Amino acid sequence: MEGKKYPRILTAGDGCVVAEFGDSIDMEINSRAAALGNAVMRLGFPGVLDAVPTYRSLAVYFDPVATDVKRLYSRLEDLCGKEGPAAGHEKRRTIVVPTLYGGEWGPDLDDVAEHTGFPAEEVIRRHSGRECYCYMLGFTPGFPYLGGMDPALETPRLKNPREVIPAGAVAIGGKQTGIYSIASPGGWRIIGRTPMRLFDPDRDPPIFLEAGMWIRFRPIDKAEFDEIEAASKEGGYRPEIFEEEVAPS
Amino acid sequence: MSALVLECRLPGMFTTVQDSGRWGYQGKGMPVAGAMDLHAFRLGNILAGNDENDAALEVTLLGPTLFVAEGEGIVAVTGADLGFQVNGRPAPLWAALAVKVGDTLSFSGPRSGCRAYLCFSGGIDVPVVMESRSTYTRALVGGFQGRALKKGDSVRCGEPLPLWRRCEGLVCPEGLRPAYSPDAPLRVVPGPQDDLFTDKGKETFYGSEYSVSNSADRMGYRLDGPEIEHAGGADIISDAVPLGAVQVPGHRQPIVMLADRQTTGGYAKIGVVCSVDIAALSQRLPGQKVRFQKISLDDALALAREEAGKRDEMRRLRALWRSAPKEVAPEAADEGAHPFRGEALIRVDGEEHRISWEEIREVE
Repeated sequence: MEGKKYPRILTAGDGCVVAEFGDSIDMEINSRAAALGNAVMRLGFPGVLDAVPTYRSLAVYFDPVATDVKRLYSRLEDLCGKEGPAAGHEKRRTIVVPTLYGGEWGPDLDDVAEHTGFPAEEVIRRHSGRECYCYMLGFTPGFPYLGGMDPALETPRLKNPREVIPAGAVAIGGKQTGIYSIASPGGWRIIGRTPMRLFDPDRDPPIFLEAGMWIRFRPIDKAEFDEIEAASKEGGYRPEIFEEEVAPS
Repeated sequence: MSALVLECRLPGMFTTVQDSGRWGYQGKGMPVAGAMDLHAFRLGNILAGNDENDAALEVTLLGPTLFVAEGEGIVAVTGADLGFQVNGRPAPLWAALAVKVGDTLSFSGPRSGCRAYLCFSGGIDVPVVMESRSTYTRALVGGFQGRALKKGDSVRCGEPLPLWRRCEGLVCPEGLRPAYSPDAPLRVVPGPQDDLFTDKGKETFYGSEYSVSNSADRMGYRLDGPEIEHAGGADIISDAVPLGAVQVPGHRQPIVMLADRQTTGGYAKIGVVCSVDIAALSQRLPGQKVRFQKISLDDALALAREEAGKRDEMRRLRALWRSAPKEVAPEAADEGAHPFRGEALIRVDGEEHRISWEEIREVE
């Protein structure tokens, strides 16, 4: 698209305003949206209800009656210019997602293998072989939009989406990979299932994942799947999360 | 005297606990949910002597039958006219009615609109999940066990405020209620992606008549009508989906996103229905017509303030209202001495009920 200047402020009705930082899926753009989100929450602006960072923008929700909307727009414009990439990204947090690949838990693994030309084992090796970045949570509670999958695994979505995909389904949708957090309809290719509960309203916190985290899939067998599933049901499963210092680029 | 306990004898079509929504968790992918017709919901709570965001029951088309198993309190039914009855007899909407153990609340069938609110003094007492009592049924979150009511459920209300009896007989004047005019266009603020539509596409959208399809629920209303032309593709990099957002996917038909909408989506949004018109759409049924009218953000904000002003007025009426227990009702005094009085005409079951109110002053 020609002539678009970023960052830009977009009107999204009388209860929402969007600050947009670019037109691509890019970690630097994404981290600016996240940083602005933190800055907006720190402001404590009267009437602001929620700040929702997505791939390349931040949506700020407000009460149309309790908010000085003109002032909010101008504060956002000021902050957009100032906020650099989010601090804290020098320390990188990775959460391990145990995954049982293939079989009844990953009914589309063979289709992905056929589409990519790899044997199924190679699809698993590549899918679990590198860390993916969680750009945002959305769609359903705790669903991570992950970038950074091995591009050789890119497979188009199903032409006809399934009506129900079970919670925990690990799937590929085009360039992205993700995990269905609750049973929902969906059109991504299911290659495995995690016994970890991405969303559990009775747990504190109900959602482990956060935008800005890295995710590493770890292949497991059925015995380990059952073990983790049982622990998750009891509320006794804590995910493995590790942190690494990352040198500034 | 104790708080109300309601036994669900018949659940109705889809009866859920809702409040003003679960705010602050969209960044985790948690939808806001909450009452679809917020103005009616809030007026109902004001009538019932509650905080305007207390949890109430949202009733869809076919209402439940609820037996008051314990306690006493106020019920106010607002929103759609679904044939509300108390003990088998038609009862007025938009009014604070006293109910007690042994009473039965039911609905004879829809007359106009789609969603009604049953607001009880003390509010519906279900656990607070992520700062809200709203039900989001798709993830079994909040409300009554995360789901719509079933036969046999026992629903508890909170302790009402000590002076709840003072609300009895309070009526919401017609001028403060939502208009629900079935022919009125829904007003739309353009953006955030109106630049992804051609001029012709925008003309079609604002100039055509659409109808509510059969795929219309708390998540969103899909509409049928003339195709809206995109400039380029329909897909965007997924971003936030505000309440009232009008998405136009590749099939070129508009979808208006409502209370249970997903937090993010990847379709271009031609505009956002202004907050005060969400109620009017929520009350429409499949087959009914929808038109859109472009307005500015400033005009939409002015409409929102005007509507909030009506709730302020209702709170003022409540504050000035003093229900007169029958045995001590004083004779009407000199009319000129009453600075505040009003009258409303309510049609129930073809019968007109005239209700009047006035401020009763204590005589020193």
